[in-house]
Amino acid sequence: MDEVTVPLRSQGPWRLGLAQLRRNTGAMASLLVLVVVVLACLLAPLYASAVAHTDPFASNISGTTVVGGATVPVLAASDTGLGLGVTPIGPTWDPAHYFLGSDNQGRDVMARLLYGGRDSLLIGFAAALLCCVAATVVGVLAGYFGGVLDAVLARVLDVLWAFPVYLLAICLSVVLLTEGVTIGPVTIGAGSLWLPVLIIALVYVPYVARPLRGQVLALKEKEFVAAAVGVGASDLRIMRRDVLPNVLPTVVVFLPLMTALAMLTESALSFLSVGVQPPQASWGTIINDGLGLLYTRPAVSIAPGIAIALTAVALNIFGDGIRDALDPRARLRGTA
Amino acid sequence: MTRPWRGPAVTGPIPRRLRAVAVAAALCLAVTTGCSSGSGADTATGATGSVAFQPQHQGGDLKLLAKSAAGTLDPQVNYTLQYWQLYQALYDGLLAFKKVDGQDSFTVVPDLAEALPTVTDDGKTYTFTLRKGVKFSNGADVTVDDVAASFKRIFTVSSPTAGTFYNGIVGAAACLATPTACDLSTGVVVDKASGKIVIHLVAADPELPYKLAVPHASILPAGSPAKDAGNAPLPTTGPYSVGSYDPNTALKLVRNPHYTEWSHDAQPQGYSDTITESFGLTVEAAVTAVENNQADWVFDPPPADRLNEIGTTYAKQVHVNPLTAMFYLAMNTRLAPFDNVKVRQAINFAVDRAAAVKLYGGTNLAAPVCTFLPPNFPGHVDDCQYTAGGGTTWTAPDLAKAKQLIQESGTAGMEVGIVTQDDEVNKSIGEYLQSLLTQLGYKATLKPISANIQFTYIQNTSNKVQISLTSWYQDYPAASDFLNVLASCASFTPGSDSSINIAGFCDKTVDAQMQDALLTERTDPAAANAKWAQVDKAVMAQAPIAPLFTPKIVDLVSSRVGNYQFSKQFYMLVSQLWTK
Repeated sequence: MDEVTVPLRSQGPWRLGLAQLRRNTGAMASLLVLVVVVLACLLAPLYASAVAHTDPFASNISGTTVVGGATVPVLAASDTGLGLGVTPIGPTWDPAHYFLGSDNQGRDVMARLLYGGRDSLLIGFAAALLCCVAATVVGVLAGYFGGVLDAVLARVLDVLWAFPVYLLAICLSVVLLTEGVTIGPVTIGAGSLWLPVLIIALVYVPYVARPLRGQVLALKEKEFVAAAVGVGASDLRIMRRDVLPNVLPTVVVFLPLMTALAMLTESALSFLSVGVQPPQASWGTIINDGLGLLYTRPAVSIAPGIAIALTAVALNIFGDGIRDALDPRARLRGTA
Repeated sequence: MTRPWRGPAVTGPIPRRLRAVAVAAALCLAVTTGCSSGSGADTATGATGSVAFQPQHQGGDLKLLAKSAAGTLDPQVNYTLQYWQLYQALYDGLLAFKKVDGQDSFTVVPDLAEALPTVTDDGKTYTFTLRKGVKFSNGADVTVDDVAASFKRIFTVSSPTAGTFYNGIVGAAACLATPTACDLSTGVVVDKASGKIVIHLVAADPELPYKLAVPHASILPAGSPAKDAGNAPLPTTGPYSVGSYDPNTALKLVRNPHYTEWSHDAQPQGYSDTITESFGLTVEAAVTAVENNQADWVFDPPPADRLNEIGTTYAKQVHVNPLTAMFYLAMNTRLAPFDNVKVRQAINFAVDRAAAVKLYGGTNLAAPVCTFLPPNFPGHVDDCQYTAGGGTTWTAPDLAKAKQLIQESGTAGMEVGIVTQDDEVNKSIGEYLQSLLTQLGYKATLKPISANIQFTYIQNTSNKVQISLTSWYQDYPAASDFLNVLASCASFTPGSDSSINIAGFCDKTVDAQMQDALLTERTDPAAANAKWAQVDKAVMAQAPIAPLFTPKIVDLVSSRVGNYQFSKQFYMLVSQLWTK
């Protein structure tokens, strides 16, 4: 029988990584959770208008709703004892009528949770993406050119690194939130969601740029880079064709992890009232909204808390899965 | 609930009329205060409302809690309710508000003065005689020199009310201009031999007795530092003195060994041996401590989510009292869109005062108001120009009318910034307002800022605040303390942190009406109050503010506390609580 020769097809690192990722059940389960969370948040307008019939950003202090067929006030004044205090309605578990109850403005917590998730996820992902792009540019330029440029960029990163992340983010937010910021032709308004995106991206740049710079320094010494230099390739071409493709897997590994970090930072800033500004909502602002209701309506704070924890854990597990898939040596080091 | 901070100083002098009036009548604040003619009879003893000291309850330690300290201990500098409440058991002035429960607590009685003053020279001269035998807590006698030095010190330490309460004393203008070179020797004249103290005013001021009964007019030793004493306690005359003070931990009051009761109405003996106000616990934790009898009272208002609990489980330990105060929206009459009277009227029509009441804690903790002067306050007459269906009291918002006015103003679509304090209640009312303004067609943004700076921030025109949520608590029971202070032209100072006329409202006709009411106050308080009611109506017709509600205060005390008494002027009488 003649031997059939099957041509060997080279599987690139991306394809191999994807196959590896698919075999990682933890990562895939996390991805599923993330997809569900994202989809639910994307459907927030549909839930608010077609199911709950509510405006999640408008106060409804004197409003009523239906529970068990009876019309009840959304914010009920105490009618026992001295009649002190007003308590928002708690979870009804009826999607059409305050499923998770109301906050102190008479707003539907479930609808706000979904809308808040949109902002939290958007800010988290956008900040992480912006951070990774900026860090890649800085890391590659500093690592590849070295010399004065490296020294300057490295010191700038050092200065940023010297400040505690949250302290720096809070300071920037407090300063920029009142007036907004103008960068060249671009003006970001005081209440814009892009403000926390920009601030969070900036404070995390050193955390991504420094390892990338180190990686570029090592790549610069590789034979294929020396060969490219030898054949007269331009710096731009070497960075684009030889350096960038080799640092990209690292950036991809960073992306979900940074998304989780950025989302947590956004929640912290919003919780401190220096992140997303009302009437917009994020999971952090909703936790803040519920602070004064912890004794009577803990669901207002617990629900977004669970959402943040679930999403952050899923992003971290998924990020670990990507790292394992794209950097087998790291996995091997981890199991050694 | 907001912390009931006292209002701050007003930089501009409050105008007073110069015209002379009958001597005896000038002092007669018939509605609330004891009335003294030239004879200066002592009304301190045997007055109604006083409860005799009950020695069987004497002793023990009273434990108070507060989230944080309230700054300097200097009674001539501090301007917070937190310490003014404690000063009632520490310091004395020539006059005092009667330390009793109820409406009678607005009555001014002689304190370190033997009697109410004799008023002469068309209301411009007040003559007191110093009470003999009173000692400071350091053992020194209280002398007329101490009195003269204390009045001078009001200016040398730049007391927050120096420019508003005491600016009418002869020589005060120069003292305000150059505090370090202050010379009040012609304004406050004393005679050691007779113990006479004569205060000369540049113009008659029928409200002077009130101003002499607040802590800024406390009598201190002549050798007190000519600067803010800060954390160093000054000798006291009351039943307690300061044992120790650390703003990070506690303020401890101990018995003044040199105190003997001279007037039960003005300065009654205290029950507890020590009174300690500890700082640092959150309000949630403090409320729990009081519920568990680990502490006896908490200064800060209970959090919203604990109100139902304390109103049911601890109802017997709760005291709810109405305050002569108001929460209101100040609309900047000098900035668009609120420079248009139709917009300001629209806000008054649109705002759901019942919603604001709910956010404050419900109808048992606040009541909607439409007028500048709070209910049960001199000059208040029920009137509401901005309620659905009309009437003298507010019933419901009129959104249709509000939208029509805004359409007529042509301001819809404008950006409007709301500035509130960042505490739970103020922020939530701010969020409601943001929602309302959005509903009315504006692009509304909310700016919650720290309570420590919000009150001065919204006063300064440089900050271009369009609309703000704030509150005002009376300094003393006179209509002018609301209307003249908050809505007169003289109270507006552009670019200053102390421009208490936050709306920047200035109407010469209304100002003239106020001057007329002030003038009438000297001779006929009842007629003056009727005039103040007209001023209130005239101001509200132009709607520089939108009054929201008048609040009540909730005091939660431990189960071991007895003899709770509430002074309408200085709130719970701390020294009168007993724990035995």
